Amino acid sequence: MLTLLPIDVLLISACTWLAIGVTGLAAPHNLRFVGKFLFPLGALVGLLAGLTALEFLGASPEVAVLAIGLPNLPFHLRLDNLTAVFVLLLGFTTVGISIFAAGYFRKGEGTAPGLQCLQYHFFLASMLLVLLADDAYAFMVAWEGMALSSFFLVTADHRHAEIRRAGYLYLLIAHVGAIAILLSFGVMTSGSGDYTFDGMRAQAHTPFWASLAYLLALAGFGAKAGLLPLHVWLPEAHPAAPSPVSAMMSGVMLKTAIYGLLRVSFDLAGAPQWWWGVVAMGIGLATAVFGVLYSAVQSDMKRLLAYSSIENIGLLAVGLGLTLIFHSYGMEILAALTLTAVFYHCLAHAVFKSLLFLCTGSVLHATRERSLGKLGGLIHRMPWVAWLALVGVIASAGLPPLSGFVSEWLLLQGFLFSPGLPHPWLNMVVPVAAAVVALVAALAGFAMVKFFGIVFLGQMREPALKDARDAGPWERVGLVWLAGLTLLLGVLPSTVIGLIDAATRQLLGTGLADKVDAHSWWMLAPISPARASYEPLIFLATIVAAALIGRALVRRLYHGRMRRTPAWDCGYIFRGPRAQDTAEGFSQPIRRIFEPMFRMERHFPTSRDAQPYYSVKVGDRFWYWLYLPLVRLVNGVSTLITGLQGGRIAIYLLYSFLTLIVLLLVARP
Amino acid sequence: MSISGLFWQIFAIVMALALAPLLTGWVNQCRAWLQNRSAPPLLQPYYMLHKLFHKDVVLAHGASTLFRSVPVAVFGCMLLACAIIPTLSTDLPFAPAADTIALVGVFSLARIFISLAAMDVGTSFGALGGRREMLVGFLAEPALLMVIFTTAMISQSTSVVTIVETLAHRDFVIYPSLAFAGIAFTFVSFAENARVPIDNPATHLELTMIHEAMILEYSGRHLALIEWAASLKLYAYSCLGLALFFPWGIAEGNSIGGLLLAIPVLLAKLTVGGGLLAVIETINAKVRIFRAPEFLGTAFLLAVLGLLVRLMLETRV
Repeated sequence: MLTLLPIDVLLISACTWLAIGVTGLAAPHNLRFVGKFLFPLGALVGLLAGLTALEFLGASPEVAVLAIGLPNLPFHLRLDNLTAVFVLLLGFTTVGISIFAAGYFRKGEGTAPGLQCLQYHFFLASMLLVLLADDAYAFMVAWEGMALSSFFLVTADHRHAEIRRAGYLYLLIAHVGAIAILLSFGVMTSGSGDYTFDGMRAQAHTPFWASLAYLLALAGFGAKAGLLPLHVWLPEAHPAAPSPVSAMMSGVMLKTAIYGLLRVSFDLAGAPQWWWGVVAMGIGLATAVFGVLYSAVQSDMKRLLAYSSIENIGLLAVGLGLTLIFHSYGMEILAALTLTAVFYHCLAHAVFKSLLFLCTGSVLHATRERSLGKLGGLIHRMPWVAWLALVGVIASAGLPPLSGFVSEWLLLQGFLFSPGLPHPWLNMVVPVAAAVVALVAALAGFAMVKFFGIVFLGQMREPALKDARDAGPWERVGLVWLAGLTLLLGVLPSTVIGLIDAATRQLLGTGLADKVDAHSWWMLAPISPARASYEPLIFLATIVAAALIGRALVRRLYHGRMRRTPAWDCGYIFRGPRAQDTAEGFSQPIRRIFEPMFRMERHFPTSRDAQPYYSVKVGDRFWYWLYLPLVRLVNGVSTLITGLQGGRIAIYLLYSFLTLIVLLLVARP
Repeated sequence: MSISGLFWQIFAIVMALALAPLLTGWVNQCRAWLQNRSAPPLLQPYYMLHKLFHKDVVLAHGASTLFRSVPVAVFGCMLLACAIIPTLSTDLPFAPAADTIALVGVFSLARIFISLAAMDVGTSFGALGGRREMLVGFLAEPALLMVIFTTAMISQSTSVVTIVETLAHRDFVIYPSLAFAGIAFTFVSFAENARVPIDNPATHLELTMIHEAMILEYSGRHLALIEWAASLKLYAYSCLGLALFFPWGIAEGNSIGGLLLAIPVLLAKLTVGGGLLAVIETINAKVRIFRAPEFLGTAFLLAVLGLLVRLMLETRV
């Protein structure tokens, strides 16, 4: 009898995705076939992959060697617990996004639906292969496949010049990152020519080469994840892409970079140095602060979410850094605590950010508008999307009792232990970094209130919004799936930690599960209940019970009468939609307090203007500090080199002659 | 969890519900005395609540379901906060549900709800209030967390109960870091409870309002619940401050004698605290909204300084 190992099931899933994609080409313009049949099928495959990973977690690694590849260089694949956690993330997030996508694609938007179906499923399959790859060659092939397919997805609407530009920038930075990753793998082979990960693990790296490999990996995966200063593609590519693709990129693809970073720093590069963690933490803190501040001042809802993703990636890097620090000093329990926070945040962010991006997709379809200044009041027209977005917003703001809070709570608990570090100044500086994390969390709340309040609440800022229609049934199912996962991740932390603990144990040798499991399933007490505990279920139940009892008592003891009148607003007469805060107005405090962080082009009205207007454009300082000088340098060097090109054959012959003479002089025996 | 623990837990919640408006009334009375005004009756907040509950809700046309759900949600959040802060005894069955970090989360959850409700009707003052509330929030929250970090590092725990037990019962040591943390906490509680110098609970000038601007559109039972929740918040912050910095008198376990002693001690502490609050409010002027970052930035720096003092100067006990 043929038994299927989990790794076989995952391979079959990848192949099925590819097959679904190719089938899409059979009828590229048949929206019903592609949308209502192929995408739900892809979602089912995602569910299969997710369940397989769930079933696998805790088992011992499985390997497979594929017969494809180059001669003497086949693809090695391996399914271990680290991979399984990320496959779980990929599978379950895909279910929601694919079902949503089934109802999302419309006629006449850029690339034909069938072709997008191919690109989308190729993207999924290559992400799965990235996670499964067990040699540098397979990894790089899958990684490039992921970058290319997502490039084509980003530029689906390629008739707009700005979308083409965003895609180009994305492709460029993806390749700068890929080169760094390739170099990192090269360093880790130590010249042995063995490109399998097993070979790399077997090498004894000197601290110098290990550090070099780590730094290259940090740069390469950081470019994909959006760490400073390689984040610039993210806020361009996410708004350009169709919403399910933005959701997939932000929710899942960024996490593959985190996966790669974890794989290299804990598994392949050898014993970590303490300063690796400091570097990751420093970059992470800068990224988080930068991301959240820019997210709070955006006027485009998808850019706002894209910057918020940068912030979350920053927090993940902080967690990773803290884990590396603890790990390098052999404090494995604490490392397990923060590593669990990293895994948890990966899962939580994948789900709630996909949810939010998909909600913007529904809003975009209903209103054809991405600019916050032209939205508003959509909770009246799109209640489903609005209430489900609220779930994502609360999770994204890192508030209890939803998923974002659990990881934040674990991370802060980790910081509370950092004074015990056996290093004379780390134990002073690291706890203070928690202050920055706290600031970031609080600012994330500001950005999320802005996002939800301006899009869904208030009066409609444009008359056309009255015609907005709520999301269709497919889209609703996708959103409900993701919102449900957000809630589950929020209220069942112990169960989830019990699941991902296998991966923690694999990387560190110890996990949290035995400590967490020692208490009731609803209680999260990673170290001991006297030290810290959190029971989200009781938390939620108390608030809900208090609210319901309060409401019932008031209605019973008094009455439930209510009547509707125009808004009061202190009796001011001008109460039109233009009297509300704009997106720019809402973020004015941030721009004012953190003014040096932004590059602003402002236009103020003067008393003589016939048509006075105010405008502000917030630019990314990194463009002006880093990228434009770099572009100018490249341009300058190119101009110098063009001087060589005279166009006369005699001159070129002279060059050859001179080169020969120089070579003869240099290569004299 | 014991039956008596559950009883005293529920007793503490009921006491919070009953005492919170009284505390607000007491602070208002002290303020009036200090400002040479004739004081409103001590029970004025109860009369207000009763009156508001009787009145019809007058709802703006543009208000959504969110607007109507927020008062009960905020009320629920504040009730939970009061349930997990030890007031009388440290034997609280609800306390493991949330530690101090989660407590900060409860307050910000309530803040986000009320800010969203303020933006819901779509009036100019509502959005202005919501934006300012979030501004105060993101400045105050990190400072509050740093205060909590300092106390948590002293007691090696973020659980409120353990912190109180450590500070009140295990050992009596003077911690300089707690002085910094205490001042920072006072700053933060003024900002969070919409008091002078950040906000004025008695203001009638729309442009300077924060909290009042957010709840302009509320009326009837909704307003009553929000006002009650605001009282509960003041009560919760006062009790949290007392628990972190003056924990003496809170009974460990639930012996009847200790608890009977704890009630008058708590009342005395709240009376003194409310009086001090009124004094500070009277001798300060409300600052412009863009001085608020300076005020709360100071609080944040003091809190971080407290943390550094803890890390550098105090040996690990």
